[in-house]
Amino acid sequence: MDLFEYQARDLFESHGVPVLGGAVAFTPEEAEAAAASMGGRVVVKAQVKVGGRGKAGGVKLAESAVDAREKAAAILGMDIKGHTVHKVMIAQAAPIEAEYYLAILLDRANRNFLVMASVAGGMEIEEVAHKTPEKLARIGIDPNVGISKDKAREIILAGQFPTDVVDQVVEVLLKLWAAFVAEDATLMEINPLVKTSDGKVVALDGKVTLDDSADFRHPSHEDLIDHAAANPLEAAAKAKNLNYVKLDGQVGIIGNGAGLVMSTLDVVAYAGEKFGVKPANFLDIGGGASAQVMADGLGIILGDPDVRSVFVNVFGGITACDAVANGIVQALTMLGAQATKPIVVRLDGNNVIEGRRILNEAAHPLIQQVETMDGAAARAAELAAK
Amino acid sequence: MAIFINENTKVLVQGMTGSEGTKHTARMIKSGTKIVGGVTPGKGGQSVEIEGVSLPVFNSVSEAVAATGANASVVFVPPKFAKAAVIDAIDAKLPLVVVITEGIPVHDSAAFYAYAVEKGTTRLVGPNCPGLISPGKSNIGIIPADITGPGRIGLVSKSGTLTYQMMYELRDFGFSTAVGIGGDPIIGTTHIDCLRAFQDDPDTDAIVMIGEIGGDAEERAAAFIGEYVTKPVVGYVAGFTAPEGKTMGHAGAIVSGSSGTAAAKQSALEAVGVKVGKTPSETAQLMRDILNNKKG
Repeated sequence: MDLFEYQARDLFESHGVPVLGGAVAFTPEEAEAAAASMGGRVVVKAQVKVGGRGKAGGVKLAESAVDAREKAAAILGMDIKGHTVHKVMIAQAAPIEAEYYLAILLDRANRNFLVMASVAGGMEIEEVAHKTPEKLARIGIDPNVGISKDKAREIILAGQFPTDVVDQVVEVLLKLWAAFVAEDATLMEINPLVKTSDGKVVALDGKVTLDDSADFRHPSHEDLIDHAAANPLEAAAKAKNLNYVKLDGQVGIIGNGAGLVMSTLDVVAYAGEKFGVKPANFLDIGGGASAQVMADGLGIILGDPDVRSVFVNVFGGITACDAVANGIVQALTMLGAQATKPIVVRLDGNNVIEGRRILNEAAHPLIQQVETMDGAAARAAELAAK
Repeated sequence: MAIFINENTKVLVQGMTGSEGTKHTARMIKSGTKIVGGVTPGKGGQSVEIEGVSLPVFNSVSEAVAATGANASVVFVPPKFAKAAVIDAIDAKLPLVVVITEGIPVHDSAAFYAYAVEKGTTRLVGPNCPGLISPGKSNIGIIPADITGPGRIGLVSKSGTLTYQMMYELRDFGFSTAVGIGGDPIIGTTHIDCLRAFQDDPDTDAIVMIGEIGGDAEERAAAFIGEYVTKPVVGYVAGFTAPEGKTMGHAGAIVSGSSGTAAAKQSALEAVGVKVGKTPSETAQLMRDILNNKKG
């Protein structure tokens, strides 16, 4: 799960990483109140989980509380790269002397954690990494050893930080590492980490990604979920524990296993080129395709007004095809009159003969069987075009 | 021959007394795997009858190894306890540990992977993988054993069901070994490890490599194929039309230097002479053409 900036700020603060004052506001009035309680100049920042908000006009300096209300009114409701701004952060403004970069993240290639630190922080950090890599220290961390004070100092010196801030940045890195471990994060990035005119080092903006698999040991992470952002169909699917993503096409997709479902999306997209149709969703019902799971899945997909045909693509591995076929038949019985769109089924693998026989015998008017994945995709695309 | 496993591999099931563990132990025994016992801390001393075989249960992997001579384990332990189970297996110096469990926190995987590297005696496969099968010899994990029989194709894949699909498509040729390496951010055995092993395996003639979007493992595998692999390789990448993920911050892009898209992976593979199919069936056909030409 990716956090909003204000959530990252609060998380940093709770782990002792130095930050400036900041508060979230959902209305211009809340923005004014927050700015008034902070006093002085503030920055009004759109809270969206996408980069480039500064260039899009989503970050504005406000001279007073009244000004903060006006700026918030302008920013709230803005569209930034397809993300509607529902909230802003009111952040204390500070005179900045220097911008640095500090991040800890999971390094998939080296299968450990990685610290990146640079004296040259700010918007152009990717360019710094590319053009002057010597200015960006990258040091791998053994998860079973962690970061000692000496190691932190080695990293910060390698990042070419000036002597007067080294001690402070070392302290920030140690706190950030403690937070990274304690919260089961896969990314904690501070950009920029700034030196203010009074010589203090603080985190001005942060990106945090938390590992959803570790939720069982972090009950508090539940509060960080952005329920407002979920599409209603996605929210309904999540409530039924289905792995569903809404897309913008017309062919509903159900499959078992993430790889096979992704592959199904591709095959439907290719087949759909001819008919001007695309996949309407990603839905992985996983290994255990019980009748209930199939009914839940079909229910979500048939409830999507954009869907014009459905492609059920199952390779029977652990779950046999006869169980899947029974699931489809029972699902259609459960759904009754709700089921109105043609369903193309492709079954293969474990107990396929029996599975196909069950569907043939049920002879449901909505179900069509096609034996190959490519053929079934073409059929579903053709039906969606009608 | 096969890679990583053979008919002499003696397998312990960690978490055998749980429902998933019991179900899959029965399937593995049926497909000819030599299962020699199970490990469930606190249940040592019992024995469990599965598929007509009486299997002893031990409290630790070390005890189990001493009693049975096991040289591999397969882990079905739930995410909360998986790290302790894998560390137990590494401490017992088991040469092969296959972690099926899905949903292990990545900090835990990072810790046991680093521990395995430090000890230097254990190959990890997974986590979050279907395991590996050498048809007719050994089947460790949850891959259905009856899709196809022994043959001379090697297969390595991140995805379980795509592994099954590809084995099914090429069932008339059969496989030396098929390895599902898993799709988690940190996995023990990589595409590259399998490509190297298949290249060195005298009983593998050609290799199918299946990847999917995210990370840059396929790009690195492509570079490795360019410098090491001389056997024919065909590839498939899932996720050409998957929606673009949100990009947060700059760190990910700086590290991988790759966009992680399916198209980027395809061009990296094609640049080293790997033929890449658009669909699983087309990929299978590419492999079929290669093997038929070889015969003719």
